[in-house]
This record gives sequence, C-alpha cells and structure tokens, in this order.
Amino acid sequence: MGLNLVVLVKQVPDTQNITGEAMKEDGTVNRGALPAIFNPEDLYALEAALRVKEAAPGSKVHVLTMGPPSAEQVLKESLYRGADSVALITDRKFAGADTLATSYALKCAIETTGKYDIVFCGRQAIDGDTAQVGPQTAEKLGINQITCVDHIEQTDEDSLIARRSIEGGFEVVKSAYPVLVTMTDEGHVPRTSSAIKVMTYKNKKAGDPEIPMWSIEHIGADFEACGLKGSPTKVKEIESVVLKAQELQMIENSDEGLSNLMHSLIADHTLG
Amino acid sequence: MSYIWTLAEQANGHLKQVSFELLTRGRKLADSLDTKLASLLIGNGVSAEALRELILSGADEVYYVEDPRLASFSCETYSNIMVELIKTFQPHTILAAATSSGRTLMPYVAVRVKTGLTADCTELDIEETTGNLLQTRPAIGGNILATIKTPNHRPQMATVRPKSTRPPEPDADRDGKIINVPFKEEWLDGRVEFLGYRKDAGDFENIEEADIIIAGGKGMKKAENFKMLRRLSDSLEGMVGATRDAVDRGWIGYSHQIGLSGKTVSPKLYIGAGISGSIQHLAGIKTSEIIVSINNDPEAPLHKIADFAIVGDLFNVLPELQKRLEGGK
Repeated sequence: MGLNLVVLVKQVPDTQNITGEAMKEDGTVNRGALPAIFNPEDLYALEAALRVKEAAPGSKVHVLTMGPPSAEQVLKESLYRGADSVALITDRKFAGADTLATSYALKCAIETTGKYDIVFCGRQAIDGDTAQVGPQTAEKLGINQITCVDHIEQTDEDSLIARRSIEGGFEVVKSAYPVLVTMTDEGHVPRTSSAIKVMTYKNKKAGDPEIPMWSIEHIGADFEACGLKGSPTKVKEIESVVLKAQELQMIENSDEGLSNLMHSLIADHTLG
Repeated sequence: MSYIWTLAEQANGHLKQVSFELLTRGRKLADSLDTKLASLLIGNGVSAEALRELILSGADEVYYVEDPRLASFSCETYSNIMVELIKTFQPHTILAAATSSGRTLMPYVAVRVKTGLTADCTELDIEETTGNLLQTRPAIGGNILATIKTPNHRPQMATVRPKSTRPPEPDADRDGKIINVPFKEEWLDGRVEFLGYRKDAGDFENIEEADIIIAGGKGMKKAENFKMLRRLSDSLEGMVGATRDAVDRGWIGYSHQIGLSGKTVSPKLYIGAGISGSIQHLAGIKTSEIIVSINNDPEAPLHKIADFAIVGDLFNVLPELQKRLEGGK
C-alpha cells in the first residue's frame, strides 16, 4: 500500500556564494547579486521522500513551493529527480509573509493535495535561517511533528521511526501518520537529476499542466491571514553587517614575534 | 505591567548554561520596562538549590513544572504546559534558547497563542517610544542584520542564540519566589513516542563549552594536518574547531563546525589557522575574548577582526607555537 508524501521546498538566494554587495543602497536585499538555488536542506527532504517511496511501492511524491513564477525552477529540479507531481503556490497577496502567514498558506496548499501521510521539509532555509515554518505548519495542520531529522529509520503502513540529530547525540522517536518531519543535511546525499526526466521537463513552464499554479482562491486561504496582513512580526530596519576593526596587533612571523605573542597572552591571563 | 519570561532548559535534572545566559538578556529587558523577570522550567529532578541559582542570577520568580514524564523533551506536552501558563499569566515577552528543543517548541507555541516569533536573535532591546521588543538577528547568510518587532500581538516571542551573551554573575543577596506549578495529567501528549537516546559516536566535542579553541580552515590543506591543531589544543587544554569549508571536505566532523551553519563559540582564546574568515564563520566567533589569526594572506578578513594577526605560513607558525608551549612557555 502506497503512502502520500508531500515535500515543501523553497527557492532561496545562495547566501554562501554572494557576488558583489548583498544590499542595495536603498537598504533592500540585492537579489541580483545572489544566484537563486534549491534550498540545500530541502533537497535532503526530497531525497528522504523519494527513498520512502522506493521502500513503499505505490507511494506518490508531491512537491509544493510558494514563491514568484521564477520559483518554477525548483519544481522542475524536483521533477528531474523523480517527483510525481508539483505545484507552485503563487499570488501577489502572499507577499511580505512572515513564518506564521507562510505556514498558514502552506497548510491550505497541503490540504488541497488531498489525503497525506508524511510531510517533508528542510529544517531551515538559508536565506532566513528561522527553522520556524516546519513546526508552525505542523501545528496549523494539527498533526505530529519531528524536527531536525537526519534519517528516517523505518516506515510502516501507519507509522514511522525517525532519528533526530540534537545536541550531543540522537533521539529516536516514533510517530503515527500524519506527521511532518524537518530534515537536516546530514542524511542521505541527494541524488542527481535523471537525464530522461530532464529531457521530459526542461521546456515546461509554470502554468503548464505539469507545473500548475495555485492562487489564494485555489487553496481556499483566507486573505486576511496571508501575506503582510497575516504577519504579526514586522521588519523595523535592516542594516548591512560591517565587521568592526579591533585594536589589531600585527605579530611578526619570527622568533621574537611569536615569543612576544605568548608573553602577551600569558600576561593577560588568557593562557596559564 | 506583565512580566518578562525566560524558558530555562535542563537535562538529567541539571540546568543548562543557556538558562543563565537568557537571564542576562531578560534582566536587561525587565529593568528597562520596570517589570519583573520570571523563569519557567519544565523537567524532572531539579534541586531547590539549582532553582535558587536562577534567582541569584536575576530571576524574580521561578515557575517549576515537575514530573518524571517531563524528563525528556516532548514538543507536544511541553507546549500544552506553556500555552496554559501563557494564558494564565499573560507575559509581555518570552525568550527561549535557539537550541534544537527551543527552536522546535517556540514556533509550535507561537502558532497556538497566535503571535509572532523571531528566531535566533543576537541582540534584544526595548523600543523607548512604544515599549515593544526590538529583536535583531542575522539573515541572508550573516550579511545583514534585521531588526524585527511584533507590534500588535502578545506575548512577543524570540529565540536567542546560545553563547551570544555571557551568564550573569550570581548575586548571593538576591531574593525571589520559587513557585511549584502542580502538574496536570491532561498536559501529557503521547502522540510522538520517545524510543531512546544515542550518544554521538565518533569525534563529538561540545566546542560551545570550550575556553580555548584552535580552529582550522581551507588553508590546512588536508585532514592529516588537523593533527597539528589537535596537538596544540591538547597542550592548551582546548578544543579543535573548523570552518564549513574544512567540514565539507571531510577533514573533521560536523560537531566542530563554527559559524552560522554550525556553532557559535565564545572562548577566552580563539586561534584561527588558515581561515580567511567568511562572514558566516566570523558571525560564530565574534564574542571570543581574544582572536589570533594565522594566515599568509595579509588581506584575510579574519586578520581584520583579530586582536593579534600573524601574516605567515601556518605550517611554520604552528610548530613554533607548539615548541614554545612544550618548552615551558
């Protein structure tokens, strides 16, 4: 008997590989300097879902993302790797959503897919690094959740066993379906695209039958609870990080220089 | 005026250090609002003396919910307790640690009490004109700092990065109330069943607790060269850290990774060898007391924030330092 698997993914700016300034002069994020990529931990979530599908024949992997039409790229990459179906949740009214409003929209979209057993998502996205959307979506759905999972150890017809990677060790927990799991990047390395699937999907666009676009009305969301309107937190200000210069002491790479360094460290009780 | 709350954490009946760091944050907020600071603890087997330490470190009141079934973290059960206490006492602000449990529990609770939550804050302040909590956190890979507020919803909730501040000096004269909150059966939620705990095998080290850290980056060139760092850290009774680059190359385990995607550390002495200093790494070390940078590139960003910079070949400098340590300094 197959399981219905939903994977939540996000297209993010590649914060590890910034070219140029991260901020524009007007204080907004300079998206142009940041190449858009598949959020790394979401790829691990997709991989975990595909492995569950392989272990439970007849399962379906459905991938959802919320974002502008250009986010179709992460859905195509999901199809290349073996997702059965995808949908792009896109509507101007979702703009400015914080984690609470985002999790509400995702909840509505997940319910639109029909009956589901396991929802997978990355633990956190590298643009915001909040790790809040997973747990908040679980609570909006009213289902169980297991965060910081590195491996799904076992899936049965009605429950799974997962290993949580926490400070200093691992917790092993069991939960009945439906359950939401957030995956870290310590698990199975995500597979690469299948050449045949790339050929099949590479020319598809958002709006094509393979990549449907879901609006606020399509997922039955309440406008008041979406976007900026549905967000309790507000951004007050944003500033670029400037690293402060210290009272830097240059140490010469010589016998004397290194001895002086040791003496300084001993003198202020850092050492000894 | 409603109170400021911190959520203390325990393991096996012992309070975690981060519980005290939160009191440093909370005390400052409570004082600027002229209100009281309370610490909430959920767990089992914590002694009265340990609870008393929370008072000595700045709490005015401690709410303790105790039961053997609360010994290990359960998001569903813990959130039932928090939601009821929040509804009863209506705190102004709740601060929790940005640990694996804090970052799981707080989002869940925020949804249930319908309020905002800001993750992994590094600075907290009160806005003078409104009394709102100003929550500052790094975003976009540490390249920006965003200040967030929750103007119309209460409580205001934030998780705080462990080690981003120091615990307060305990004050033996401080007085406060310890309130044992009676446990209710109805709080228990067994939907997610705890099967067991396994200690990390391999080379796990809790570098967040280290006083001295010797860290290596891409400039270490290969895994074997980390032995030089290990030897130096053994002589100094320190621990070995690494950049994401070094961990991604498989030179050392993830538990050693420092930076936004790893641990934040705040040792007395941090020595970085062959680390250019990406903004993500620097965000994880900036509360260190003394930073020493060893790099042959004079333009390395780590040199710029260091207290002592050695422009030189680490393969020459590290053995020289080792020699001096072994030669009785």
